[in-house]
Amino acid sequence: MVRIYTRKLYSVSIFLLAIIFLITAGCLHKVNVDESGNKAAEVIQCAGSDTIVNVAQAWAEKYKEVERNVSVEVSGGGSGIGIAGLINGTLDIANSSRKITAEEFEKVVKEREHEPIEHIVGYDALAVFVHKDNPLEEISLEELAEIYGEKGTIDRWSQLGVEMPPGRDKIIVTSRQSNSGTYFYFREVVVGKKRDFRLGTIDLHGSKEVAELVGRTINAIGYTGMGYVTPEIKMLRISKRKGEKAITASIETVLNGTYPVARPLLIYTCGQPPQHVQKFIDWIYMSEAQNLLRQSGFVPLKTEIAEAK
Amino acid sequence: MKRSLLSKINEYFIELFIKACGISAVIFVFAIFYFIFREGASFMFGKFKPIEFFTSPEWYPTSQSHIRYGALALIAGTLSVTTLAMIIAVPFGIGAAIFISEFCPLRVKETLKILIELLAAIPSVVWGFIGLTIMNSLIIKIFDVAIGLNVLNGGLILAMMSVPIIVSIGEDALKAVPDTYREAAEAMGATRWQIIVRILLPAAKNGLLAAVLLGVGRAIGETMAVLMATGHSIRIPSSIFDPVRTLTATIAAELGETAEHSEHYQVLFIIGILLFAITFVINLAADFIVKGIKNKK
Repeated sequence: MVRIYTRKLYSVSIFLLAIIFLITAGCLHKVNVDESGNKAAEVIQCAGSDTIVNVAQAWAEKYKEVERNVSVEVSGGGSGIGIAGLINGTLDIANSSRKITAEEFEKVVKEREHEPIEHIVGYDALAVFVHKDNPLEEISLEELAEIYGEKGTIDRWSQLGVEMPPGRDKIIVTSRQSNSGTYFYFREVVVGKKRDFRLGTIDLHGSKEVAELVGRTINAIGYTGMGYVTPEIKMLRISKRKGEKAITASIETVLNGTYPVARPLLIYTCGQPPQHVQKFIDWIYMSEAQNLLRQSGFVPLKTEIAEAK
Repeated sequence: MKRSLLSKINEYFIELFIKACGISAVIFVFAIFYFIFREGASFMFGKFKPIEFFTSPEWYPTSQSHIRYGALALIAGTLSVTTLAMIIAVPFGIGAAIFISEFCPLRVKETLKILIELLAAIPSVVWGFIGLTIMNSLIIKIFDVAIGLNVLNGGLILAMMSVPIIVSIGEDALKAVPDTYREAAEAMGATRWQIIVRILLPAAKNGLLAAVLLGVGRAIGETMAVLMATGHSIRIPSSIFDPVRTLTATIAAELGETAEHSEHYQVLFIIGILLFAITFVINLAADFIVKGIKNKK
């Protein structure tokens, strides 16, 4: 009896050992293999801004055709995550829709011993929008600051001269979670550098969620990048002050600088990047990549590309 | 039968391994507590303002001008969602436990138990997804409110998540009441209702209370589902149709982006310590209550 029992135990433990061995072996020998079965020689790790993530993924797809043995891995999470990855050294490229802060800059220098290098790859115009049935057409930055800012004075649609169905007069203010680059940029330009958002905004986890919620809610207002605007929502024209001319968000108004809520899209590398990364960045500036940028709803760097096609 | 040297050695190692497994649980709990505490400690005993933390609703961790860490609104969010969940889940859970243990025919009982266990196994992100899509539009339609991501939505989702726990533990507690009690009551001419209300519930009350407390623990600790279903809005709710933000959702949403060992990072760990303390106290209470049952017997 005992012997049979022991033997069984033996075979079980040998089996377990074999499995453990196989798993460890599998981990050690992880290689990046592309579709054709060849080893992909280089991987570019790239993460950050949720605003840029869609276009970055489009670039990665296209770049596979340009450089067969370089694979670009893209993920989102927010500009803060991208820059944190740069500091930790886990990323080759950090996508960011805001400028790196002085504090973050110092951290990169301290941890990586290289200064981060900034590249402007395109422009993003923030669209402010309401439900498509909302009669409002334009709004000023001052009014937006009162809607969004801490202790702001506007919290009902009637204060903006908009008549809502009964019980819907309260403005439902949607915003982004506090690490989002879009959140930082909106706070800087609209709410004010030294002011905070009001409490009680609905902080959503992605640009798409904001557009979706406003599209479903008649008395809501929201902001995201221009690329996320859906047919359910209506972009507002924006003026700097009440009474001044309100500007429609479009490629032209962003490039000629009249649209007040536009920002550059940035990518950061840690010092001079290795050759395969530099090659990818150079490619981003070419018309093929810039066209993809335009198709994602952003504003390319040059007007010629905007006008082409 | 003589045992070979090999089997003796073998047994020695197996014993050692099992011992290590047993001790490891204790080590893990203490290690978790130690590490959470260590991450938050230097801020907690430094610049941390406990009065602001517990009394101010102003949560501005990334402010440029005036950083404030007031967690009152977050605590209120967690409490409101949990309370609503318990108001819904306790009657349903205890009711289902009574049905399964007292009224149900044997075959139905087995099926029901399997189904309820299945309910407990649904991942929380799936619950969150249900809250975000189905419940959201249902609440908007039924109650004619602007937004369906609110206390009610989160409370319903959490209720559905904690009902299986309350049912399975509550049913065990009812089963533990000796059959002689039931037989004696029936012999005295008690109706079924009288048996349940006057005999079973008082006899099983410790076990049922433990079931409820474990359900509360589950509801407080839940993260993903409430993150998706409550609307994520910092405010002290004045009705069940207000969106809120909970303690757990705040950690989940913000921890990934904070720089390591920054103030913000440490404050999130202090929230973690707070949650740990709450669930620890609840579990401890449940434990003592369950022990109470055993001693009585």
